[in-house]
Amino acid sequence: MTDRPLTGRMREDGAALDLRAYERAGGYAALRDALRRLAPAEVQKRVKDSGLRGRGGAGFPTGQKWSFVPMGADAPHPKYLVVNADEMEPGTFKDRLLMERDPHQLVEGVILSAYAIEADVAYIFLRWAYKLSEARLARAIAEAYDAGYLGRQILGSGYSLELRLHISGGRYMAGEETGLINALEGRRANPRSKPPYPAVVGLWGRPTVVNNVETICNVPHVIGRGAEAYRKLSATGEGGTKLYGASGRVKRPGLWELPLGTTIREILEEHAGGMRDGVRFRGLLPGGASTDFLVDEHLDAPMDFESLQKHGSRMGTGTMIVLDDRTCPVGMIRNLEEFFAQESCGWCTPCWAGLHWVADILRDFEEGRGEMADLDTLAAHARLLAPGNTYCALAPGAAEPLQSGLRHFRDDFERHVREHRCPWR
Amino acid sequence: MATIFIDQRSYDVPDGMNLLDASLTLGFNLPYFCWHPALGSVGACRQCAVKQFRDEKDMRGRLVMACMTAAAPNTRISIDDPDAREFRKSVGEWLMVHHPHDCPVCDEGGECHLQDMEVMDQQTYRRYRGLKRTFRNQDLGPFVNHEMNRCIQCYRCVRFYRDYAGGRDFDAFFLRDRVFFGRQSDGVLESPFSGNLVEVCPTGVFTDKTLKLHFTRKWDERTAPSICVHCAAGCNTIAGERYGLLRRIRNRFNGEVNGYFLCDRGRYGYEFVNGPRRVRAPRIAGRADAAAPSDAVARAASPLAGGSGAIGIGSPRASLEANFALRALVGPDRFCSGMGAAEHRLVSEVLRLLQEGPAPAASLHDAAQADAVLVLGEDVTNTAPMLALALRQSVRQQPMKAAAALRIPAWDDTAVRNALQDERGPLYIATVAATPLDDVAAATMHAAPDDLARIGCAIAHALDQAAPSPRGALAADAALVGRIAGALRAAERPLVVAGVSLASQAVLDAAARVAHALHAAGRPVRIALVVPECNSLGAAMLGGCDLDDATALLWPGSPLIVLENDLPRRCGADRAARLFERAGELVVVDHTLTPTAERATIVLPAATFAEGDGTYVNGEGRAQRAFQVFVAGGDVQESWRWLRDLMRASGRGGAAAAWETLDDVTGALARELPAFAAVRDVAPPATFRIAGTRIAREPARYSGRTARDANVTVHEPEPPGDPDSALSFTMEGFQAQPPPAQPPSALIPRFWAPGWNSVQSVNYYQTVVGGPLRGGDPGLRLIEPAAPGAPAAAGRAPSAFEPDDRDWLCVPMYEIFGSEELSALAPSVAALAPRAYVALNDGDLHRAGLREGGDAVVASADGTCRLQVRRVASLPPGVAGIGVGLQGAPWMRLPDRARIHPAERDR
Repeated sequence: MTDRPLTGRMREDGAALDLRAYERAGGYAALRDALRRLAPAEVQKRVKDSGLRGRGGAGFPTGQKWSFVPMGADAPHPKYLVVNADEMEPGTFKDRLLMERDPHQLVEGVILSAYAIEADVAYIFLRWAYKLSEARLARAIAEAYDAGYLGRQILGSGYSLELRLHISGGRYMAGEETGLINALEGRRANPRSKPPYPAVVGLWGRPTVVNNVETICNVPHVIGRGAEAYRKLSATGEGGTKLYGASGRVKRPGLWELPLGTTIREILEEHAGGMRDGVRFRGLLPGGASTDFLVDEHLDAPMDFESLQKHGSRMGTGTMIVLDDRTCPVGMIRNLEEFFAQESCGWCTPCWAGLHWVADILRDFEEGRGEMADLDTLAAHARLLAPGNTYCALAPGAAEPLQSGLRHFRDDFERHVREHRCPWR
Repeated sequence: MATIFIDQRSYDVPDGMNLLDASLTLGFNLPYFCWHPALGSVGACRQCAVKQFRDEKDMRGRLVMACMTAAAPNTRISIDDPDAREFRKSVGEWLMVHHPHDCPVCDEGGECHLQDMEVMDQQTYRRYRGLKRTFRNQDLGPFVNHEMNRCIQCYRCVRFYRDYAGGRDFDAFFLRDRVFFGRQSDGVLESPFSGNLVEVCPTGVFTDKTLKLHFTRKWDERTAPSICVHCAAGCNTIAGERYGLLRRIRNRFNGEVNGYFLCDRGRYGYEFVNGPRRVRAPRIAGRADAAAPSDAVARAASPLAGGSGAIGIGSPRASLEANFALRALVGPDRFCSGMGAAEHRLVSEVLRLLQEGPAPAASLHDAAQADAVLVLGEDVTNTAPMLALALRQSVRQQPMKAAAALRIPAWDDTAVRNALQDERGPLYIATVAATPLDDVAAATMHAAPDDLARIGCAIAHALDQAAPSPRGALAADAALVGRIAGALRAAERPLVVAGVSLASQAVLDAAARVAHALHAAGRPVRIALVVPECNSLGAAMLGGCDLDDATALLWPGSPLIVLENDLPRRCGADRAARLFERAGELVVVDHTLTPTAERATIVLPAATFAEGDGTYVNGEGRAQRAFQVFVAGGDVQESWRWLRDLMRASGRGGAAAAWETLDDVTGALARELPAFAAVRDVAPPATFRIAGTRIAREPARYSGRTARDANVTVHEPEPPGDPDSALSFTMEGFQAQPPPAQPPSALIPRFWAPGWNSVQSVNYYQTVVGGPLRGGDPGLRLIEPAAPGAPAAAGRAPSAFEPDDRDWLCVPMYEIFGSEELSALAPSVAALAPRAYVALNDGDLHRAGLREGGDAVVASADGTCRLQVRRVASLPPGVAGIGVGLQGAPWMRLPDRARIHPAERDR
């Protein structure tokens, strides 16, 4: 049995751990310990040393992100910690599990993380559709307030924190760090340009850290076990475990907590049970819709941040979407690009106009109107919708499955043109 | 300064300036959409991409948005880089995915920034095969037309409307390629600055609805530099005409005055020029037909010839030249400013304060730069709208320091706004009732005029113990008074704003005391004093008496000459009628058939601002020249020419009778009145030439000049000459172009630069994009305070206002649309003008038994009138607001006490 700090204590029956069960399983011990013995800087250092990287998709080192927040007596207040629970990446459902089954783990992580940056107020920004998470988080937060884990002078320490649950309006862009901040301020969920970074100018102009649910859930374990022990949980040294998932025509779609750096093949074949009978594997998006396709030759790569980057993709959220030979790859990409085009906030031209055009061309392919020259137009978009050319990462994310799809499935695109139809229909 | 490299050549630019601004300032053609010099950078359109290189060894570089990148020493960029060009071209292609391909028949074509940028991007071929998205457009009222299918989602409109101008009823809705810019539902745009959307929009989503009623292409417009005549701000405009019809008004950049924007009254008030009430031929009472000019002049001149005591009534809405000619005709002792007694006294007081100081007058630019402001008594949005827009920017000055401390450049608009959120600098507003500017004020106070004066005195006293302290309770909190004084004292650029709209000497005194106290404390205070009309200050500078004195001076049976003035608006119908009865011949020189002109024995048709040249002195004391745009049909000529003709025919006026050109008039004015010594230099004289030629009013592409009159004659008529200015009426002459051959600022008839057909071409006429025009912004300040400044006003603060049991104190209230005489004749403005009203607060409505929307009878010493009842909750008890100058509002002396009761009781 592998060590599963995030999910190991979850109940088999699907119910959430309540406060007492969470405490019995060792919960809030890390918080008690930290408030008694660790200064905020020491919490930050431990997280930095643990190698914990953001689990929302970008993989930015969490301790480093915290280190940009102005600290000490001269720092502006209130400071904010915001938990990004707006899980809207296609194919991704890992945060939902954490919130539904062990909400106190998240609450404890929030308090520890907020303490590390001396935040005064924390928000959990929750996807509107996660009704069960909402109910269970609301209850856990109430329990935590009653038990003195939240509010004024937490556990008799000098530290105070208010935690609020905010339900998102339901836009993909509200899950982007700065779009989220705008949404929380009641504005359009457009991204903000950086610099200034949220750590300096964030929510309501104050220093703010935005972390993903899974990232925050790791923090109690980093503090509880120590940086070194936590780092050793991984298979490749990037620190900790990871919730990996698989969807598509595999035998057992699902979610598993495994050492960070487990190979794709192991996840796909051992945990997901391999492809369903009668279909063959063609490729996969390793971590949500905005990552590049990986194919057969990549299956032995470890699923961690560094390795997948070497193969031209990204780990993203670590929840793979599997493409089989009975599904049209052009149709899959069209579906993804339509999603991205629809979720564009409408701010920068390459995104709102470019993605609309891309989706339009892909619809033409599906309906037999595609032309060979369109492939050049698509390739040009995949190239031009690059980081820096656009205002935020949405369009570059959309370009990832497009450009890798054009590379790996070019024949399928060309068949659509030659046959004036979708061969899978 | 920083040395940067653009395509491997070095340039010096201000350190920290964004690279788009820098590139444009250096004259490069770098396309852009979302950036605007007054609105800053947001990085939305991605059109200004350039390649940036780390150092001279970096051969790859990376694309950056020029507008979002600061120039630093050794910044290396390439505008010409193939990748940058390809990306910019792609942006052009993306924008055309949904934009209609109908430029040749689009009404924005030829002055469309998008069109210019597509040409610059060399984006010519359409690859997108899909359907274009369509929207349902909204009816946004009489000023702005909405055509959303043209939208390229640059967000300039919403940034101007909400962030810059503070509007709330306009926003960006929905998302992706379907963002909708408009109102939540159809309806009149509430912001009085909505017309700027027309110029802010880089394409034709928002266009001038009044232009649509008589559309003409930009290149077919004959244009001249002009000055807005609808308030005392003196905004610079470009007036455009074709076929004898004034087609529209556009902004003319003046960095010291209006910058890039105009108010809606200024933009849309022009239609009085084309209106049905225009006088185009001389009229002699009792004759049905138009009179010949020579007959009319002879008839008008004959009673003057006898040397009898003719009285000349000038006008604060007529030019300096017209007023000065009238003064020359009747003599300085018999010349009247045309203002009622109270207005004459107050405007003269404003003039004295500006002349004697110690605080110098603030330009609109100064007002926007002020970092602490006290507004005393003036509802600036309705009396000097562009001052309100400037003050709205002033509240950003102090918080900007915090942004600078975070190392956020001032041009990084979203970052600045995210960092500053709702933080605003100190703007304190003390007025009779709530004003549209209150939403950005640090605190507001609403009180009767005397109580406002007392607040001002208390602030002055807090700043300088030598200033008198008001006795008794104050209408404002003592702590607030202390805060205001503290904020003004601590500011680097404090500003005091007041004016004459309340007709209160006490308020004006109190504002002067605050300025004086700040000056005494060594603070560099400026003062902005709002006067009513486009040449109020000029009329006051010319001296003369007020209307009461003129009435007394008028011998029964003597001729009365009224210049561009409607006397019932000044002193009431009854008094005006008595004056007219007393007069012998009533000669009116005006462009509009006012009630005064209807009473006249002789009316001489005068030119409007668009049909004759004239100089106006704005509230800042800045003299500015409006140039004739076109030759009006009929017998219309400049008022000063009619008056000169009267001099010639009557043998009066001495040397003035020999005046032939405008320069003769301004020359005589400068010689005779030292205060106007600089007036000749406001613009170059008529003899001025560039490359030996005049500056053409018509653009090079003006079409149809030989065909225009072909239905009448195949011979092309000789173009009219222009003895008064260095402009020509045709396309012959120098075509205005940016350097090296840029005309003097005052003579720029339109902005155009090669490849830049839209209003954005002004970039190329400025020393720095967004900065002053090359050679200095137009206009000359005639008034600077004499050092060391006058002593503070003597006397005590007024005593507190006591509400009366039976009477109300009626005070004037102003409406941006309706209170000003000429703009109210424009149909679009008239459509938004309210009915004449009396306003009361809730308690007083109840006390008077009035119902909102019902009718009330207001009975004062000047008679009774029936007015619509309006509820204004913020009015102090015992004070009633009377809408001034509105259609159907009889004149009443204000402020005055009056009884108010429901009209029903009257029956």
